[in-house]
Amino acid sequence: MARMMPDPSFYPSPRLAAKAPAEKLAYVVAFDPKRKKKDALASVDVDPGSRTYGQILGQTETLVGDELHHFGWNACSSCLCPNLPHPHVERRYLVVPGLRSSNIHIMDVKPDPRRPKLVKTITAAEIAERAGYSRPHTVHCGPSGIYVSALGDAEGKAPGGVFLIDHESFEVRGRWEVDRGSQRFGYDFWWHLGHDTLVTSEWGTPDMFEDGLVPDLILGAKYGRRLHFWDLHKRKQLQEIDFGDKQQLVFELRPAHDPTKAYGFVNCVLSLEDLSSSIWVWYRDGDRWAVRKVVTIPAEPAAEEDLPPLLKGFKAVPPLVTDIDLSVDDKYLYVSCWGTGDLQQYDVSDPFNPKLTGKLRIGGIVSRAAHPAAPDRPLNGGPQMVEVSRDGRRVYFTNSLYGAIDEQFYPDGVQGWMVKVDAAEGGGIALDKRFFVDWPGGLRPHQVRLQGGDASSDSYCYP
Amino acid sequence: MSGAWAWAALAGLGVYHGVNPAMGWLFAVALGLHRGSRRVVWASLLPIALGHAASIALVLAAAMLLGRVLEPRWLARLAGLVLIGWAAWHWWRGGRHRVRVGMRAGFWGLALWSFVMATAHGAGLMLLPVLLPTTGHHAHGELTLPGVLTIGGALAALAVHSAAMLATTLIVAVLVYEWAGVAILRRGWVNFDLLWTVALVLTGLILLAG
Repeated sequence: MARMMPDPSFYPSPRLAAKAPAEKLAYVVAFDPKRKKKDALASVDVDPGSRTYGQILGQTETLVGDELHHFGWNACSSCLCPNLPHPHVERRYLVVPGLRSSNIHIMDVKPDPRRPKLVKTITAAEIAERAGYSRPHTVHCGPSGIYVSALGDAEGKAPGGVFLIDHESFEVRGRWEVDRGSQRFGYDFWWHLGHDTLVTSEWGTPDMFEDGLVPDLILGAKYGRRLHFWDLHKRKQLQEIDFGDKQQLVFELRPAHDPTKAYGFVNCVLSLEDLSSSIWVWYRDGDRWAVRKVVTIPAEPAAEEDLPPLLKGFKAVPPLVTDIDLSVDDKYLYVSCWGTGDLQQYDVSDPFNPKLTGKLRIGGIVSRAAHPAAPDRPLNGGPQMVEVSRDGRRVYFTNSLYGAIDEQFYPDGVQGWMVKVDAAEGGGIALDKRFFVDWPGGLRPHQVRLQGGDASSDSYCYP
Repeated sequence: MSGAWAWAALAGLGVYHGVNPAMGWLFAVALGLHRGSRRVVWASLLPIALGHAASIALVLAAAMLLGRVLEPRWLARLAGLVLIGWAAWHWWRGGRHRVRVGMRAGFWGLALWSFVMATAHGAGLMLLPVLLPTTGHHAHGELTLPGVLTIGGALAALAVHSAAMLATTLIVAVLVYEWAGVAILRRGWVNFDLLWTVALVLTGLILLAG
């Protein structure tokens, strides 16, 4: 049944969203790297006043071998956009793709928010037949329904792309692109609603990552290294930007939330020259889009015996910046260095001149830094999927990257954990000593979504 | 419907269409906010009103043409069925239009958008009960379409409706842009689509009953 007034979790502008009340629940997907047990969506208590703060309250199982990875909402603040408003749809369902199985599970959080109910599974066959895609990845709620990026076509080859799902019936409505131009690889996508522009990034086809990263392909700069800019409504590729044959894995797209601003941030995981990671800004330059590197995070020298086989020859631990997240007020950028174990906070009020304002270390290939809740226990994995609350005061992250890749960098495997960071007003971050979720059952947690929306779930049409 | 009431109803429907955020005032506000310009809010109103009027004109023209070949009673019944069908479609599929016009819209983009929104919402159909005869006998000065309503009469009806719609759009857009701000959307945006569907069904029933 449709609502009479808009869903209270929809905000017209990022300015208003930043005043939203603090979240009480976080949803986290976790997968079994051995593909023997069922994957699950967990709800975690993030209400500091609760007796079960920092504990898992409920888990909803999906299927064996899904490899739950990223996920999103059926509807969000973009429902208030003026060109096709549907403000009375509810933010009620989590859309949870299995990156390996290509199934997409629909979870209803309304009856019991702590124990979402699996109400529908869109099968891989339906997605292949109706959209011609597989390996669904990023989910965004947007102007024409639910948009999902996919890394492979129906046969698991190129091209990957984007497809649409109805936000109420969850029928697959088909391929999004009308003219993909030169685009072949898929990975992340998001948009500038105020500039009618969609941006996509690149990883590779399923055969390039489902058994782990292939060193020869990295050294040959064969993985994704481009951004593609599209007309959001004509669904046509307008421009491609190649980062060059020294850059590999151009990943997470974080456009400014202010819809009048035409810039965003993207991380490049690996430089083939010096194993550094980098942050780039894309921006409007006249009537074209352009990119500029604004942060370089260098590799750190390391003893050969501390490194996994893949890295021994380099005698260095690469930062491996695999996720970034931009606060709703577009002021702070959080940068996960999955290799070294750093979480960094930059003031990006001037997007072209980021200033490092906070830094902490947990896990890491060499450092194995501990959490204050268990100071004597070395941790593996490192800061990875990072999510910021709407008011920008709390940051959550987990430590696994991707089942087949975890072991390449952490050969002893990744024991999953989730932590929380408090962000001080004016900059600075510190781990919350009371919040350390030691993930149970051998499952590895991945993306975090916050109840009512977070910094990477909603987009806005009004400044 | 007698003359004065018919004109009042046409104007009232113009107000009803005008206050619906999906009919244009919200788009005008958004464009004004994007470009940081009050002038843009005002300038957006003309293409929005034009697109809306074009959609209404199309429905009126179709009704007048059909009026030449159909008995008034049958025309009213047909219109009633179309209205109820439209309401059903609106209910089931209304949220599924593809977005074709975005925030970079210019004059013609906005006019096209307004035309598509008014047409998809059945805005013109909603005027039919006012203009079609609902009783067998036509008193002098009664505003009814087939046979009685001239092209001049249809244009007058269109002008009254569109003027009311434009005035309402203007007032709401200016109030929200200058004073209330878009925060009002969170508290003040009642489910027009639901009310709209109900209005389509009611007008359809009125025509069928007549």
